[in-house]
Amino acid sequence: MTLVEGHKQIAPDTAVPVWDTDPYDLEVLVDPYDWWADLRAKGDVVYIPRYSALMVGRYETTKKVFSDHENFLSSRGVGLDDFALSKPWRPPSIILEVDPPDHTKTRKVMSRAMSPKVAKALGEDFRQTADALVDEILEKGEIEAVVEFAEAFPTTVFPKAVGMTIVNKRHLVDYGAMVFNSIGPDNELRKDATTRVPEVARWIMEACDRSRLTDDGMGALLFEAADAGDITAEEASLLVRSFLSAGVDTTVTGIGNALWCLANNPAEWEALKADPSLTRPAFEEVLRYTSPVHTFCRTSGRDTEISGIPVEEGTKVICSLGSANMDPEKWGDPENFRVARKPVGHLAFGVGIHGCVGQNIARAELDAVLGALIAKVDRIEWTGDPVWRPNNAIHALDRLPLRFIAK
Amino acid sequence: MVKVTYVQPDGTEVEVEGNEGDSVMATAIANDVDGIVAECGGSMMCATCHCYVNEAWTDRTGERHEGEEDMLECAAAEVRDTSRLSCQIVLTPDLDGLRVQVPEAQV
Ligand code: HEM
Ligand code: FES
Repeated sequence: MTLVEGHKQIAPDTAVPVWDTDPYDLEVLVDPYDWWADLRAKGDVVYIPRYSALMVGRYETTKKVFSDHENFLSSRGVGLDDFALSKPWRPPSIILEVDPPDHTKTRKVMSRAMSPKVAKALGEDFRQTADALVDEILEKGEIEAVVEFAEAFPTTVFPKAVGMTIVNKRHLVDYGAMVFNSIGPDNELRKDATTRVPEVARWIMEACDRSRLTDDGMGALLFEAADAGDITAEEASLLVRSFLSAGVDTTVTGIGNALWCLANNPAEWEALKADPSLTRPAFEEVLRYTSPVHTFCRTSGRDTEISGIPVEEGTKVICSLGSANMDPEKWGDPENFRVARKPVGHLAFGVGIHGCVGQNIARAELDAVLGALIAKVDRIEWTGDPVWRPNNAIHALDRLPLRFIAK
Repeated sequence: MVKVTYVQPDGTEVEVEGNEGDSVMATAIANDVDGIVAECGGSMMCATCHCYVNEAWTDRTGERHEGEEDMLECAAAEVRDTSRLSCQIVLTPDLDGLRVQVPEAQV
């Protein structure tokens, strides 16, 4: 069998439009909006010869593939590698990269550890930290907000919420970025990530050990589930690892992208300040508009179809959550950032059984951050041009030169 | 089409036409029904789509789903025997005329 990017070379159905392009081209990753429009224009599903994979980017089709865990598996990897045919670079995640019934068990434990109740209880600490951080930023006035704001907040509150006793902020942010780069093709981004894996992964595994965790954090809740026999202690450790790979870089990106949206849309910022009840909906719109996680893959576990087009077993389907979130068929005027839109059903957290299990925590973090900004900041202005940072799965900013003016 | 009536805490009612296969939550969102927030969009992660199923309909809406109980524990309003997450009730022809009550609070 011929392997392309670690998965089977497929012979697509003749009805599928062929598009000779690279979804992971650096320029596409940095500014994907026009490319997404082209993707949607080609059809419900297109064939990307370069990676011998299918790709979907219309809202309805993307949602359908993502919701259909029986035909489109996660256990064969949510990147381009097919774990049935090639060896994963790290032991697979026991929640993200498994199917039912294995998934059902770990998912239950994780959703308890990050329930709305847990998120609410963490809210107080999140708000205090956000208030202090915004005060600090207002004192400085001009900052590079990726490092000084977007990274500063989650790396302060999240390790504490998990109950970590050893914290290396750089490793925490970089581990997520590495994991997300590794689910792309074997390009420079992935190669760079792989060279740094050994050092960072060793630190991460050490930091996830029970002996390194407090007994009152989300990590402890997982080990309690292990004590109760719901999962094994080793599984609990691996799930703490999932907190760290999925929970830091993503929220860093969420905060950075929120600042980008608000600085670019002063009228929407005014609307938000005038009506703080829009704080939570505003974050949903940031998620829809910028899709911090832009792409995840699935693998067809048997011969199936997408929109009536046959799909052979072992086909990788690249799902563009970012494109689906900008589909005019679904959203009408997707190009407008509107804090009052309330975009229920956006795909930024995925959908179906794998839908982000950390979303309550992410929302609590952003609620605190946006709440502190609304209370204290009058205007957010550019002092230079923002720069996006290419990543195979994350749509994040690299630089945000901003000025914050107090109320 | 499947008719669903949403009863607000103050007693006002809205009747809307839902599509078979859509959830009671999605039907509320599509018709701008107040009081169904549905922050997680139906991933059973938020409990902000809580509703009380009218007792005449509980047999037809069936049992709570796996995991629903856990999430209902996080609901903002009182949880009753008739409490369900509206994202977990899928409209079938059988449910034509369904009545659900919207709780006092979702967050
Ligand atoms: C803005 C922030 C976030 C975004 C945009 C995001 C996005 C996503 C997406 C798109 C998925 C679906 C993956 C798939 O279906 O293959 C997912 C799953 C997941 N997320 Fe998040 N996430 C965020 C924050 C978090 C946080 C704070 C945590 C907490 C630790 C977290 C933990 C997870 C885990 C463990 C999964 C796997 C769930 C499963 O497979 O059942 N995420 N996330
Ligand atoms: S919409 Fe979130 S639990 Fe139903």
